Amino acid sequence: MTESPNLVAFTPERQEKVKEIIARYPEGRQKSALLPVLHVAQEQWGWLSSEVMDHVASLLSLEPVEVYEVATFYTMYHLDPVGKHVIEYCRTGPCCLMGGEDIYGHLKQKLGIEAGQTTADGLFTLKEVECLAACGWGPVFQIREKYYMNLTNEKVDGIIEELSK
Amino acid sequence: MAIKILTEHINTPGIETFDVYRQKGGYTAVEKAIKTMTSEEVVEEAKKSGVRGRGGAGFPMGMKWGFLAKPEGVPRYLVCNADESEPGTFKDHHLMKCIPHLLIEGMIISSYALGANKSFIYVRGELMYVIRILEKAIEEAKAKGFLGKNILGTGYDLELIVQPGGGAYICGEETALLESLEGKRGNPRNKPPFPAVKGLYQSPTVVNNVESISNMPWIINNGGDAYAAIGLGRSTGTKLISASGHINKPGVYEIELGVSVDEFLNSDEYCGGVRTGHHLKALVAGGSSVPILPAHLITKTANGEDRLMSYESLSDGGFATGTMLGSGGFIVFDETACIVRNTWNFARFYHHESCGQCSPCREGTGWMEKVLHRIEHGHGSMHDIDLLVDISKKIEGNTICPLGDAAAWPVASAIRHFRDEFMWHITHPHEASQPGAVYQGEMALV
Repeated sequence: MTESPNLVAFTPERQEKVKEIIARYPEGRQKSALLPVLHVAQEQWGWLSSEVMDHVASLLSLEPVEVYEVATFYTMYHLDPVGKHVIEYCRTGPCCLMGGEDIYGHLKQKLGIEAGQTTADGLFTLKEVECLAACGWGPVFQIREKYYMNLTNEKVDGIIEELSK
Repeated sequence: MAIKILTEHINTPGIETFDVYRQKGGYTAVEKAIKTMTSEEVVEEAKKSGVRGRGGAGFPMGMKWGFLAKPEGVPRYLVCNADESEPGTFKDHHLMKCIPHLLIEGMIISSYALGANKSFIYVRGELMYVIRILEKAIEEAKAKGFLGKNILGTGYDLELIVQPGGGAYICGEETALLESLEGKRGNPRNKPPFPAVKGLYQSPTVVNNVESISNMPWIINNGGDAYAAIGLGRSTGTKLISASGHINKPGVYEIELGVSVDEFLNSDEYCGGVRTGHHLKALVAGGSSVPILPAHLITKTANGEDRLMSYESLSDGGFATGTMLGSGGFIVFDETACIVRNTWNFARFYHHESCGQCSPCREGTGWMEKVLHRIEHGHGSMHDIDLLVDISKKIEGNTICPLGDAAAWPVASAIRHFRDEFMWHITHPHEASQPGAVYQGEMALV
């Protein structure tokens, strides 16, 4: 798990990235950069602590509450520390039709945790998500930027074991 | 083989790169449009094509373009809606992942038509890997002079920005999308004013779906009339259908509008039939928000005619006997599927995704989820069925945006067509609450 940072600052590369994102929008409309910049922040710290959100607010000349209200609205922003790998499991209709519920049960058993929890070794956090737009290739879950599709119990075992190394 | 407008080259190795896309005739439509046509002429071709919004609403795209206000000295924006999140729908995901330059070419042509110099592709944040693909393709197009300042020496400037969302189905609604793009919560705006007058940054804005915009290169190369000649009646052109559930060949298919539902479901060219060894129970034709139909209403309309994959034929008879083409999310259920469980699942989705701005939606979706949960888990009463119908009616039409209708229709239609299955769940609580329990009867058991 990533600890809440005491001294908040983007890495030099990410600072450049943030500058570039802010420059995309018309003058005075830098608030549009909020969602993309929060993604960059989450990439660096793993989750969005209030210190991180305050820092983002100052970069975009926003009130901190403007950042909090956005970060709490969208499901992709983690507001608590998470494990190294966040498994976002699709629990929606078409995936369930393809056996998604049974495979989800197997995954929870394998990890020994329920939705919203993190394994004791800090490796995996399990989150339930709504439709991932991969219904024809379901059941599906996502870890960071990678989709794992057509899941079976065996596939799940293989993925977990690979990521546990 | 039916004509392929969007997917002709989708399986060509390397088509995600500028060079291969160009070799296959890519970007010729941009050259034609901005070098030889006025923006009004491009709009005219879109109107002639009759292409309708492929995100689900089905509103004619050219007409929508025609509504764009053009006050002097005010920037205009084109925003591509790539926030595909409707359960059962994954065609835009497929299109952007496999052939990103098609959307970018469409964005350039459409931006030129609308007089936009800065355009956005708002992609759902979950598709971060697709966002990387699009960003790379934009860099390539820019390096070749198709984006940026003075495109192809014509004096036309266009900056194309890929905007990631943050994970919220409601951002597929155009005004919620604009709020999100402005860095706010995705709460839909009241209309009017419509985005065509006051949209992004209070400026005139057009919001179009990925698939709609991706049709523009073909329309410019071949003419709007040629596009309108494809399809059936006011359902012109082709449509991408996302097929999932209990079929032999799930995937994304491009159909000519007007193909029969029977052919789409059963031919080897498309779904390849219901999962081998099973039979059809029900079908959702246009994504989770449209009414579900039982097997006997799927292939024939109320008049006994073949039901066709078109806006008009699928809605034949209204909600009593029909459904909607919607976003083209074709979800198939065989006899092993529990309608009550699926309805609860969809209700849970809409409750989770309601932005909470309008009370009927915020409260009603939660009620529906809870009532369906208790029926599915063996604690329901007969009164609950009528209660669900009542709640759905109180949500429908009483919200700022269509999410309320989208939440109400699946519940109302499941009860309309499968009331006996709901009753069985209530009268057989111990049996029905077993995992995998599915009602197989033909009629109500009480």
